[in-house]
Amino acid sequence: MSNEQLTERVRGIIASTQHIALEKVTLDSTFQELGIDSLDGINILFAVESEFNVNIPDDAAQNIRSVRDVVDGIAKLLDQNEGGQAAVRA
Amino acid sequence: MNDPAAVRVAVTGVGVISALGHNASEFWEALACGRPGIAPLQSIEPGQLRFPNAAEVRNYNPADYFDEKEIGLLDRFAQFGAIAAREAIRDAAIQWTDELRENTAIVTGSCVGGQTTEDEGFVNLYRKNIPRVNPLTIPRTMENAAASRISLEYGITGPTYTISTACSSSNHAIGQAFWLVRSGVARMALAGGSEAVFSLGFLKAWEAMRVVSPDTCRPFSRDRRGLILGEGGAMLVLEPIESAQARGAKIYGEIAGFGMSSDAFHITQPSPDGAARAMRAALADARLKPEQVGYINAHGTATPANDATETTAIRKVFAGHAAKLAVSSTKSMHGHALGAAGALEAVATLLALDRSVLPPTANYTEPDPACDLDVIPNHSRSASVECALSNSFAFGGLNAVLAFRRATD
Repeated sequence: MSNEQLTERVRGIIASTQHIALEKVTLDSTFQELGIDSLDGINILFAVESEFNVNIPDDAAQNIRSVRDVVDGIAKLLDQNEGGQAAVRA
Repeated sequence: MNDPAAVRVAVTGVGVISALGHNASEFWEALACGRPGIAPLQSIEPGQLRFPNAAEVRNYNPADYFDEKEIGLLDRFAQFGAIAAREAIRDAAIQWTDELRENTAIVTGSCVGGQTTEDEGFVNLYRKNIPRVNPLTIPRTMENAAASRISLEYGITGPTYTISTACSSSNHAIGQAFWLVRSGVARMALAGGSEAVFSLGFLKAWEAMRVVSPDTCRPFSRDRRGLILGEGGAMLVLEPIESAQARGAKIYGEIAGFGMSSDAFHITQPSPDGAARAMRAALADARLKPEQVGYINAHGTATPANDATETTAIRKVFAGHAAKLAVSSTKSMHGHALGAAGALEAVATLLALDRSVLPPTANYTEPDPACDLDVIPNHSRSASVECALSNSFAFGGLNAVLAFRRATD
Protein backbone atom coordinates (compact mmCIF):
# COMPACT_ATOMS: atom_id res chain seq x y z
CA MET A 1 0.00 0.00 0.00
CA SER A 2 1.38 3.39 -0.98
CA ASN A 3 1.55 6.33 1.41
CA GLU A 4 -1.17 8.02 -0.66
CA GLN A 5 -3.49 5.05 -0.25
CA LEU A 6 -2.79 4.93 3.48
CA THR A 7 -3.50 8.65 3.80
CA GLU A 8 -6.78 8.30 1.89
CA ARG A 9 -7.95 5.47 4.13
CA VAL A 10 -7.04 7.33 7.31
CA ARG A 11 -8.81 10.48 6.05
CA GLY A 12 -11.87 8.36 5.25
CA ILE A 13 -11.91 6.80 8.74
CA ILE A 14 -11.60 10.17 10.45
CA ALA A 15 -14.30 11.74 8.29
CA SER A 16 -16.73 8.86 8.83
CA THR A 17 -16.18 8.35 12.57
CA GLN A 18 -16.37 12.10 13.26
CA HIS A 19 -19.19 12.80 10.79
CA ILE A 20 -17.24 15.55 9.06
CA ALA A 21 -16.85 16.20 5.34
CA LEU A 22 -13.93 14.32 3.77
CA GLU A 23 -12.59 17.44 2.07
CA LYS A 24 -12.13 19.13 5.44
CA VAL A 25 -9.79 16.35 6.57
CA THR A 26 -6.34 17.02 5.08
CA LEU A 27 -2.99 15.49 5.90
CA ASP A 28 -2.09 18.74 7.65
CA SER A 29 -5.28 19.06 9.73
CA THR A 30 -4.75 19.00 13.48
CA PHE A 31 -7.30 17.30 15.73
CA GLN A 32 -7.91 20.66 17.35
CA GLU A 33 -8.80 22.27 14.00
CA LEU A 34 -11.21 19.44 13.29
CA GLY A 35 -12.84 19.76 16.73
CA ILE A 36 -11.58 16.31 17.76
CA ASP A 37 -11.19 15.98 21.55
CA SER A 38 -9.49 13.24 23.58
CA LEU A 39 -12.50 10.93 23.57
CA ASP A 40 -12.98 11.37 19.80
CA GLY A 41 -9.25 10.67 19.46
CA ILE A 42 -9.41 7.26 21.12
CA ASN A 43 -12.47 6.46 19.04
CA ILE A 44 -10.49 7.22 15.85
CA LEU A 45 -7.60 5.05 17.05
CA PHE A 46 -10.06 2.22 17.76
CA ALA A 47 -11.37 2.45 14.19
CA VAL A 48 -7.85 2.67 12.75
CA GLU A 49 -6.63 -0.32 14.79
CA SER A 50 -9.52 -2.40 13.50
CA GLU A 51 -9.03 -1.26 9.88
CA PHE A 52 -5.29 -1.97 9.73
CA ASN A 53 -5.17 -4.78 12.30
CA VAL A 54 -2.51 -3.05 14.39
CA ASN A 55 -2.19 -2.23 18.08
CA ILE A 56 -1.28 1.33 18.93
CA PRO A 57 0.43 1.52 22.34
CA ASP A 58 -1.03 3.97 24.88
CA ASP A 59 2.15 6.05 25.06
CA ALA A 60 2.20 6.53 21.28
CA ALA A 61 -1.53 7.26 21.31
CA GLN A 62 -1.03 10.18 23.67
CA ASN A 63 1.19 11.95 21.14
CA ILE A 64 -1.21 11.63 18.22
CA ARG A 65 -2.73 15.04 17.63
CA SER A 66 -3.08 15.36 13.87
CA VAL A 67 -4.02 13.42 10.73
CA ARG A 68 -0.33 13.20 9.83
CA ASP A 69 0.45 11.72 13.27
CA VAL A 70 -2.07 8.95 12.59
CA VAL A 71 -0.73 8.23 9.10
CA ASP A 72 2.91 8.23 10.23
CA GLY A 73 2.11 6.06 13.26
CA ILE A 74 0.25 3.47 11.18
CA ALA A 75 2.99 3.42 8.52
CA LYS A 76 5.56 2.73 11.21
CA LEU A 77 3.47 -0.03 12.78
CA LEU A 78 2.83 -1.66 9.40
CA ASP A 79 6.57 -1.60 8.66
CA GLN A 80 7.38 -3.17 12.03
CA ASN A 81 4.58 -5.66 11.77
CA GLU A 82 6.00 -8.38 9.55
CA GLY A 83 3.22 -9.53 7.31
CA GLY A 84 1.35 -6.43 8.34
CA GLN A 85 0.60 -5.62 4.72
CA ALA A 86 -1.05 -8.98 4.33
CA ALA A 87 -3.23 -8.22 7.33
CA VAL A 88 -4.54 -5.04 5.77
CA ARG A 89 -7.97 -5.67 4.44
CA ALA A 90 -8.34 -5.07 0.71
CA MET B 1 -37.72 25.21 62.12
CA ASN B 2 -34.71 23.51 63.66
CA ASP B 3 -31.33 24.11 62.09
CA PRO B 4 -30.71 20.98 60.01
CA ALA B 5 -26.97 21.27 60.61
CA ALA B 6 -27.51 21.25 64.38
CA VAL B 7 -27.43 17.45 64.49
CA ARG B 8 -23.84 16.26 64.34
CA VAL B 9 -23.29 12.91 62.65
CA ALA B 10 -20.63 10.53 63.97
CA VAL B 11 -19.03 7.53 62.33
CA THR B 12 -19.01 4.70 64.86
CA GLY B 13 -18.06 1.70 62.77
CA VAL B 14 -15.92 0.98 59.70
CA GLY B 15 -15.40 -2.09 57.56
CA VAL B 16 -13.13 -2.63 54.55
CA ILE B 17 -12.13 -5.39 52.19
CA SER B 18 -9.62 -4.34 49.54
CA ALA B 19 -6.33 -5.07 47.88
CA LEU B 20 -4.74 -3.96 51.14
CA GLY B 21 -6.32 -6.76 53.16
CA HIS B 22 -9.59 -8.24 54.33
CA ASN B 23 -10.39 -5.86 57.18
CA ALA B 24 -9.98 -2.23 58.27
CA SER B 25 -6.88 -2.89 60.41
CA GLU B 26 -4.95 -4.41 57.50
CA PHE B 27 -6.19 -1.60 55.25
CA TRP B 28 -4.90 1.06 57.64
CA GLU B 29 -1.62 -0.70 58.32
CA ALA B 30 -0.81 -0.74 54.58
CA LEU B 31 -1.87 2.90 54.14
CA ALA B 32 0.21 4.05 57.09
CA CYS B 33 3.25 2.17 55.73
CA GLY B 34 2.69 3.47 52.19
CA ARG B 35 2.53 -0.12 50.92
CA PRO B 36 0.60 -0.53 47.64
CA GLY B 37 -1.61 -3.54 46.94
CA ILE B 38 -0.83 -3.36 43.21
CA ALA B 39 0.44 -6.60 41.65
CA PRO B 40 0.18 -8.70 38.48
CA LEU B 41 -3.44 -9.37 37.56
CA GLN B 42 -4.52 -12.87 38.63
CA SER B 43 -8.23 -12.99 37.70
CA ILE B 44 -7.53 -12.88 33.97
CA GLU B 45 -5.20 -15.07 31.91
CA PRO B 46 -2.08 -13.00 31.18
CA GLY B 47 -1.30 -11.62 27.73
CA GLN B 48 -4.81 -10.44 26.84
CA LEU B 49 -4.49 -6.84 28.01
CA ARG B 50 -2.07 -3.95 27.52
CA PHE B 51 -1.97 -3.42 31.31
CA PRO B 52 -0.62 -6.30 33.42
CA ASN B 53 -1.24 -4.96 36.96
CA ALA B 54 -4.20 -4.39 39.24
CA ALA B 55 -5.24 -3.92 42.86
CA GLU B 56 -7.19 -7.15 43.42
CA VAL B 57 -8.50 -8.58 46.68
CA ARG B 58 -6.02 -11.45 47.17
CA ASN B 59 -6.44 -14.80 48.89
CA TYR B 60 -10.18 -14.32 48.95
CA ASN B 61 -12.34 -17.38 49.50
CA PRO B 62 -16.08 -16.64 49.52
CA ALA B 63 -16.66 -19.83 51.56
CA ASP B 64 -14.92 -18.12 54.48
CA TYR B 65 -17.88 -15.72 54.61
CA PHE B 66 -20.91 -17.35 52.97
CA ASP B 67 -22.44 -20.79 52.58
CA GLU B 68 -22.69 -22.33 49.12
CA LYS B 69 -26.27 -21.30 48.52
CA GLU B 70 -25.49 -17.70 49.43
CA ILE B 71 -22.47 -17.68 47.12
CA GLY B 72 -24.76 -18.71 44.28
CA LEU B 73 -26.94 -15.67 44.98
CA LEU B 74 -24.18 -13.10 45.39
CA ASP B 75 -21.84 -11.63 42.81
CA ARG B 76 -18.36 -10.80 44.08
CA PHE B 77 -19.26 -7.10 44.40
CA ALA B 78 -22.26 -7.88 46.65
CA GLN B 79 -20.10 -10.21 48.74
CA PHE B 80 -17.60 -7.39 49.28
CA GLY B 81 -20.40 -5.03 50.32
CA ALA B 82 -21.83 -7.53 52.80
CA ILE B 83 -18.40 -8.37 54.26
CA ALA B 84 -17.57 -4.69 54.80
CA ALA B 85 -21.01 -4.09 56.36
CA ARG B 86 -20.57 -7.00 58.77
CA GLU B 87 -17.25 -5.62 59.97
CA ALA B 88 -18.65 -2.09 60.35
CA ILE B 89 -21.71 -3.33 62.28
CA ARG B 90 -19.54 -5.49 64.56
CA ASP B 91 -17.12 -2.60 65.03
CA ALA B 92 -19.94 -0.23 66.02
CA ALA B 93 -21.26 -2.80 68.54
CA ILE B 94 -24.83 -2.05 67.50
CA GLN B 95 -27.53 -3.48 69.78
CA TRP B 96 -30.34 -4.14 67.32
CA THR B 97 -33.96 -3.63 68.30
CA ASP B 98 -36.99 -3.85 66.02
CA GLU B 99 -37.38 -0.11 66.28
CA LEU B 100 -33.76 0.54 65.31
CA ARG B 101 -34.02 -1.86 62.35
CA GLU B 102 -37.02 0.08 61.08
CA ASN B 103 -35.20 3.37 61.43
CA THR B 104 -31.86 2.39 59.93
CA ALA B 105 -31.05 3.35 56.35
CA ILE B 106 -28.72 1.57 53.94
CA VAL B 107 -27.27 3.57 51.06
CA THR B 108 -24.66 1.92 48.86
CA GLY B 109 -22.74 2.91 45.76
CA SER B 110 -21.68 0.79 42.82
CA CYS B 111 -20.64 1.72 39.31
CA VAL B 112 -21.12 -1.59 37.50
CA GLY B 113 -22.82 -3.93 39.97
CA GLY B 114 -22.53 -7.60 39.10
CA GLN B 115 -20.87 -7.19 35.73
CA THR B 116 -18.59 -10.22 36.29
CA THR B 117 -21.72 -12.37 36.53
CA GLU B 118 -23.07 -10.76 33.37
CA ASP B 119 -19.76 -11.31 31.57
CA GLU B 120 -19.77 -15.03 32.47
CA GLY B 121 -23.32 -15.33 31.20
CA PHE B 122 -22.40 -13.68 27.91
CA VAL B 123 -19.37 -15.96 27.45
CA ASN B 124 -21.64 -18.98 27.91
CA LEU B 125 -24.30 -17.62 25.59
CA TYR B 126 -22.26 -16.10 22.78
CA ARG B 127 -19.01 -18.04 22.83
CA LYS B 128 -19.93 -21.45 24.18
CA ASN B 129 -23.37 -21.45 22.57
CA ILE B 130 -25.04 -22.52 25.79
CA PRO B 131 -28.57 -21.22 25.20
CA ARG B 132 -29.66 -21.01 28.86
CA VAL B 133 -28.49 -18.27 31.20
CA ASN B 134 -28.28 -18.76 34.98
CA PRO B 135 -31.64 -17.66 36.44
CA LEU B 136 -29.82 -15.88 39.28
CA THR B 137 -28.09 -13.54 36.81
CA ILE B 138 -30.57 -10.72 37.37
CA PRO B 139 -30.53 -10.69 41.20
CA ARG B 140 -26.73 -11.11 41.16
CA THR B 141 -26.20 -8.33 38.63
CA MET B 142 -28.46 -5.57 39.96
CA GLU B 143 -26.53 -2.61 41.41
CA ASN B 144 -28.60 -2.75 44.62
CA ALA B 145 -27.67 -6.39 45.32
CA ALA B 146 -25.24 -5.43 48.11
CA ALA B 147 -27.73 -3.08 49.79
CA SER B 148 -30.47 -5.70 49.60
CA ARG B 149 -28.17 -8.41 50.96
CA ILE B 150 -27.24 -6.27 53.99
CA SER B 151 -30.93 -5.48 54.58
CA LEU B 152 -31.85 -9.19 54.45
CA GLU B 153 -28.93 -10.30 56.61
CA TYR B 154 -29.73 -7.91 59.47
CA GLY B 155 -33.48 -7.44 58.99
CA ILE B 156 -32.92 -3.72 58.43
CA THR B 157 -36.15 -2.30 57.04
CA GLY B 158 -35.55 1.45 56.75
CA PRO B 159 -34.84 3.45 53.56
CA THR B 160 -32.51 1.31 51.42
CA TYR B 161 -31.18 2.20 47.99
CA THR B 162 -28.16 2.37 45.71
CA ILE B 163 -26.57 5.21 43.83
CA SER B 164 -24.65 4.69 40.60
CA THR B 165 -22.66 7.70 39.52
CA ALA B 166 -19.52 6.00 38.18
CA CYS B 167 -16.47 6.91 40.29
CA SER B 168 -18.48 9.17 42.61
CA SER B 169 -21.08 6.48 43.52
CA SER B 170 -20.09 5.83 47.10
CA ASN B 171 -19.37 9.46 47.95
CA HIS B 172 -22.87 10.26 46.76
CA ALA B 173 -24.15 7.30 48.82
CA ILE B 174 -22.35 8.34 52.02
CA GLY B 175 -23.44 11.95 51.52
CA GLN B 176 -27.08 10.94 51.11
CA ALA B 177 -26.92 8.69 54.18
CA PHE B 178 -25.31 11.53 56.14
CA TRP B 179 -28.20 13.83 55.21
CA LEU B 180 -30.78 11.15 56.15
CA VAL B 181 -29.26 10.91 59.63
CA ARG B 182 -28.68 14.63 60.06
CA SER B 183 -32.26 15.44 59.07
CA GLY B 184 -33.71 12.81 61.41
CA VAL B 185 -35.20 10.68 58.61
CA ALA B 186 -33.01 7.81 59.83
CA ARG B 187 -31.64 7.14 63.31
CA MET B 188 -28.72 5.22 61.95
CA ALA B 189 -27.29 4.49 58.51
CA LEU B 190 -24.99 2.03 56.86
CA ALA B 191 -23.30 3.71 53.94
CA GLY B 192 -20.51 2.92 51.55
CA GLY B 193 -19.96 1.00 48.37
CA SER B 194 -18.51 -2.04 46.71
CA GLU B 195 -17.17 -3.02 43.31
CA ALA B 196 -15.72 -6.03 41.47
CA VAL B 197 -14.31 -5.06 38.11
CA PHE B 198 -12.14 -7.94 36.96
CA SER B 199 -13.85 -9.55 34.00
CA LEU B 200 -12.18 -9.66 30.59
CA GLY B 201 -15.04 -7.86 28.85
CA PHE B 202 -14.98 -4.93 31.26
CA LEU B 203 -11.19 -4.70 31.36
CA LYS B 204 -11.10 -4.63 27.55
CA ALA B 205 -13.41 -1.62 27.68
CA TRP B 206 -11.00 0.12 30.08
CA GLU B 207 -8.09 -0.78 27.85
CA ALA B 208 -9.85 0.93 24.95
CA MET B 209 -10.26 4.10 27.06
CA ARG B 210 -6.44 4.33 27.24
CA VAL B 211 -6.41 5.58 30.82
CA VAL B 212 -4.98 2.52 32.60
CA SER B 213 -1.32 2.59 33.54
CA PRO B 214 0.98 -0.05 32.03
CA ASP B 215 2.99 -0.18 35.27
CA THR B 216 1.72 1.38 38.49
CA CYS B 217 -0.35 4.27 39.83
CA ARG B 218 1.71 7.44 40.42
CA PRO B 219 -0.73 10.23 41.32
CA PHE B 220 0.55 13.80 40.95
CA SER B 221 3.95 12.53 39.76
CA ARG B 222 5.26 13.96 36.49
CA ASP B 223 5.70 10.47 35.02
CA ARG B 224 2.17 9.28 35.89
CA ARG B 225 0.73 7.04 33.19
CA GLY B 226 -2.84 6.46 34.29
CA LEU B 227 -4.93 4.67 36.87
CA ILE B 228 -4.73 1.16 38.28
CA LEU B 229 -8.07 -0.58 38.61
CA GLY B 230 -9.00 -1.90 42.04
CA GLU B 231 -11.86 -3.69 43.74
CA GLY B 232 -13.34 -4.13 47.20
CA GLY B 233 -15.91 -2.73 49.56
CA ALA B 234 -16.09 -0.31 52.46
CA MET B 235 -18.95 0.59 54.80
CA LEU B 236 -19.47 3.11 57.57
CA VAL B 237 -21.99 3.21 60.42
CA LEU B 238 -23.44 6.72 60.87
CA GLU B 239 -25.50 7.95 63.82
CA PRO B 240 -26.16 11.21 65.64
CA ILE B 241 -23.21 12.01 67.86
CA GLU B 242 -25.48 12.33 70.89
CA SER B 243 -26.75 8.77 70.63
CA ALA B 244 -23.22 7.52 69.92
CA GLN B 245 -21.96 9.24 73.05
CA ALA B 246 -24.94 8.04 75.09
CA ARG B 247 -24.18 4.42 74.27
CA GLY B 248 -20.45 4.88 74.74
CA ALA B 249 -19.59 4.04 71.13
CA LYS B 250 -16.12 4.57 69.67
CA ILE B 251 -16.31 7.70 67.49
CA TYR B 252 -13.90 7.71 64.54
CA GLY B 253 -14.86 11.22 63.56
CA GLU B 254 -17.78 13.18 62.19
CA ILE B 255 -19.12 13.63 58.72
CA ALA B 256 -19.43 17.40 58.76
CA GLY B 257 -20.70 18.18 55.30
CA PHE B 258 -21.47 17.00 51.80
CA GLY B 259 -21.33 18.86 48.50
CA MET B 260 -22.03 17.88 44.93
CA SER B 261 -22.05 19.38 41.47
CA SER B 262 -22.14 18.53 37.79
CA ASP B 263 -19.55 19.89 35.36
CA ALA B 264 -21.90 20.11 32.37
CA PHE B 265 -18.66 20.32 30.41
CA HIS B 266 -17.63 17.02 28.81
CA ILE B 267 -18.59 13.35 29.19
CA THR B 268 -15.05 12.27 30.18
CA GLN B 269 -12.78 15.32 30.49
CA PRO B 270 -12.74 16.84 33.97
CA SER B 271 -13.38 20.51 34.72
CA PRO B 272 -11.76 22.44 37.56
CA ASP B 273 -14.89 24.58 37.95
CA GLY B 274 -17.20 21.66 38.69
CA ALA B 275 -14.74 20.09 41.13
CA ALA B 276 -14.23 23.44 42.89
CA ARG B 277 -17.99 23.98 43.21
CA ALA B 278 -18.42 20.58 44.86
CA MET B 279 -15.61 21.28 47.35
CA ARG B 280 -17.09 24.70 48.16
CA ALA B 281 -20.53 23.14 48.60
CA ALA B 282 -19.12 20.57 51.06
CA LEU B 283 -17.40 23.32 53.05
CA ALA B 284 -20.58 25.41 53.10
CA ASP B 285 -22.71 22.43 54.16
CA ALA B 286 -20.21 21.74 56.96
CA ARG B 287 -19.99 25.44 57.85
CA LEU B 288 -16.24 25.20 57.59
CA LYS B 289 -13.77 27.84 56.54
CA PRO B 290 -11.15 26.65 54.05
CA GLU B 291 -8.45 27.38 56.65
CA GLN B 292 -9.90 24.68 58.96
CA VAL B 293 -9.08 21.96 56.43
CA GLY B 294 -5.67 20.35 56.86
CA TYR B 295 -5.89 17.28 54.64
CA ILE B 296 -7.57 16.29 51.37
CA ASN B 297 -7.89 12.70 50.26
CA ALA B 298 -7.78 13.52 46.56
CA HIS B 299 -9.64 11.84 43.74
CA GLY B 300 -6.05 11.51 42.41
CA THR B 301 -6.52 8.86 39.74
CA ALA B 302 -3.03 9.40 38.24
CA THR B 303 -4.37 10.18 34.79
CA PRO B 304 -2.60 13.19 33.26
CA ALA B 305 -5.89 15.10 33.08
CA ASN B 306 -7.38 14.41 36.52
CA ASP B 307 -4.43 15.28 38.70
CA ALA B 308 -3.65 18.60 37.01
CA THR B 309 -7.33 19.59 36.97
CA GLU B 310 -7.81 18.60 40.61
CA THR B 311 -4.76 20.67 41.58
CA THR B 312 -6.24 23.70 39.81
CA ALA B 313 -9.58 23.13 41.55
CA ILE B 314 -7.97 22.87 44.99
CA ARG B 315 -6.04 26.08 44.36
CA LYS B 316 -9.25 27.84 43.30
CA VAL B 317 -11.03 26.84 46.51
CA PHE B 318 -8.22 27.21 49.01
CA ALA B 319 -6.19 30.07 47.45
CA GLY B 320 -3.27 30.87 49.77
CA HIS B 321 -4.20 28.10 52.21
CA ALA B 322 -3.46 25.51 49.47
CA ALA B 323 0.23 25.88 50.35
CA LYS B 324 -0.51 24.62 53.87
CA LEU B 325 -2.72 21.72 52.82
CA ALA B 326 -1.57 18.13 52.80
CA VAL B 327 -3.11 16.24 49.86
CA SER B 328 -2.67 12.56 49.04
CA SER B 329 -4.14 9.95 46.76
CA THR B 330 -4.55 6.61 48.48
CA LYS B 331 -5.54 5.17 45.08
CA SER B 332 -1.78 4.76 44.71
CA MET B 333 -2.19 1.85 47.16
CA HIS B 334 -5.76 0.46 46.96
CA GLY B 335 -6.21 1.25 43.27
CA HIS B 336 -9.25 2.85 41.70
CA ALA B 337 -12.21 0.78 42.86
CA LEU B 338 -14.69 2.93 40.87
CA GLY B 339 -18.01 2.88 42.74
CA ALA B 340 -16.28 1.74 45.95
CA ALA B 341 -13.51 4.36 45.73
CA GLY B 342 -15.24 7.04 47.81
CA ALA B 343 -16.05 4.53 50.56
CA LEU B 344 -12.48 3.21 50.77
CA GLU B 345 -11.22 6.79 50.84
CA ALA B 346 -13.77 7.84 53.48
CA VAL B 347 -12.40 5.13 55.77
CA ALA B 348 -8.83 6.19 54.95
CA THR B 349 -9.68 9.81 55.77
CA LEU B 350 -11.50 8.99 59.03
CA LEU B 351 -8.66 6.77 60.22
CA ALA B 352 -6.15 9.49 59.29
CA LEU B 353 -8.05 11.95 61.52
CA ASP B 354 -8.47 9.36 64.27
CA ARG B 355 -4.83 8.20 64.31
CA SER B 356 -3.29 11.62 63.52
CA VAL B 357 -1.36 10.05 60.63
CA LEU B 358 -1.81 11.20 57.04
CA PRO B 359 -1.42 8.42 54.46
CA PRO B 360 1.00 9.16 51.62
CA THR B 361 0.80 9.24 47.85
CA ALA B 362 2.76 6.07 47.07
CA ASN B 363 4.88 5.34 43.96
CA TYR B 364 5.71 9.03 43.65
CA THR B 365 8.90 9.75 41.72
CA GLU B 366 9.11 13.36 40.53
CA PRO B 367 7.25 16.66 40.98
CA ASP B 368 4.97 17.93 38.24
CA PRO B 369 4.64 21.73 38.04
CA ALA B 370 0.97 21.18 37.11
CA CYS B 371 0.42 19.34 40.42
CA ASP B 372 2.37 21.61 42.76
CA LEU B 373 0.70 20.67 46.05
CA ASP B 374 2.16 18.96 49.13
CA VAL B 375 1.16 15.43 48.11
CA ILE B 376 2.81 13.59 51.05
CA PRO B 377 5.17 11.69 48.76
CA ASN B 378 5.73 8.01 49.65
CA HIS B 379 5.86 8.28 53.45
CA SER B 380 2.98 8.88 55.82
CA ARG B 381 3.17 11.87 58.11
CA SER B 382 2.18 12.40 61.74
CA ALA B 383 -0.16 15.37 61.82
CA SER B 384 -3.15 16.25 63.91
CA VAL B 385 -5.71 17.70 61.52
CA GLU B 386 -9.02 19.27 62.51
CA CYS B 387 -10.91 18.75 59.24
CA ALA B 388 -10.45 16.91 55.97
CA LEU B 389 -12.13 16.57 52.60
CA SER B 390 -12.45 13.49 50.42
CA ASN B 391 -12.99 14.13 46.71
CA SER B 392 -14.68 11.97 44.10
CA PHE B 393 -15.03 13.16 40.51
CA ALA B 394 -16.77 10.83 38.08
CA PHE B 395 -16.80 10.30 34.35
CA GLY B 396 -19.91 12.10 33.23
CA GLY B 397 -18.76 15.17 35.18
CA LEU B 398 -20.50 14.28 38.46
CA ASN B 399 -18.65 15.45 41.56
CA ALA B 400 -19.22 14.50 45.21
CA VAL B 401 -17.14 15.75 48.13
CA LEU B 402 -17.38 14.76 51.81
CA ALA B 403 -16.10 16.90 54.68
CA PHE B 404 -14.95 15.20 57.88
CA ARG B 405 -14.14 16.52 61.35
CA ARG B 406 -11.86 14.89 63.89
CA ALA B 407 -13.61 13.48 66.95
CA THR B 408 -13.40 15.78 69.95
CA ASP B 409 -12.95 14.25 73.37
